[in-house]
Amino acid sequence: MEIRSSCRDRLMTTQLQGELDHHGAKGLLEQLEREIDACLPRQLVLDFSAVSFMDSSGIAVVVRARRRMDTLGGTVTLKNVPPQPRKVFEASGVTRLVKMS
Amino acid sequence: MKRTENYVKIEFMSRSANEGFARLAAAGFAAQLDPTLDELGDIKTAVSEAVTNAIVHAYPDELGRIMLKLRLSAGNTLELTVRDWGRGMEDVEQALEPLFTTGGAERSGMGFTIMESFMDHLRVKSAPGKGTTVVMRKRIATRLASGK
Repeated sequence: MEIRSSCRDRLMTTQLQGELDHHGAKGLLEQLEREIDACLPRQLVLDFSAVSFMDSSGIAVVVRARRRMDTLGGTVTLKNVPPQPRKVFEASGVTRLVKMS
Repeated sequence: MKRTENYVKIEFMSRSANEGFARLAAAGFAAQLDPTLDELGDIKTAVSEAVTNAIVHAYPDELGRIMLKLRLSAGNTLELTVRDWGRGMEDVEQALEPLFTTGGAERSGMGFTIMESFMDHLRVKSAPGKGTTVVMRKRIATRLASGK
């Protein structure tokens, strides 16, 4: 799993790419937090368009990102979520914590 | 459960690199039932959760073995069994509760909730020091299925 972030006017967009499972998520949480700390965004957009598979490891990533953004007074939005990860988010109730566009 | 039509049994080491392999093996076996993409996604997700649990919780400080058994029975039902011989659990009911985890910040505690939600049946047997067995079943809607 790879991530690539852009930061502009306190809007951070992070593109996730690959399979987001326990194996793929290793190191991802720390990398994402480092990038949030460098950008200090008001809005974090996680773009899932290139995520080919996701299990509950993805929930942990989103929940941790949301906690980090809470401390900055910002929001998290999930964008372009394919059907399989969308189903995992909906089953877990994460959609009550973050916006999914 | 009805009579066995087909099965495979795979054993692998508790390395996280095998999570993707286990998912693909389950999806490949299930393909003979002509599942929809949605059903395949459910199967892959449930297998991923059960295998990850074994890797993270059964063998936290060592490598061990994990067995994945895929069984197909009459009536288009797929049974997935994930077994380990690791540390096991004292309280299965507690482990099944949403958000309960002993896995730290990288785990969401939603694994069993996802398995329950994506499959028709979930049974967990565990004993401290003896390992854990997770059995899940899902009936695949009949379409063109004839893979016998």
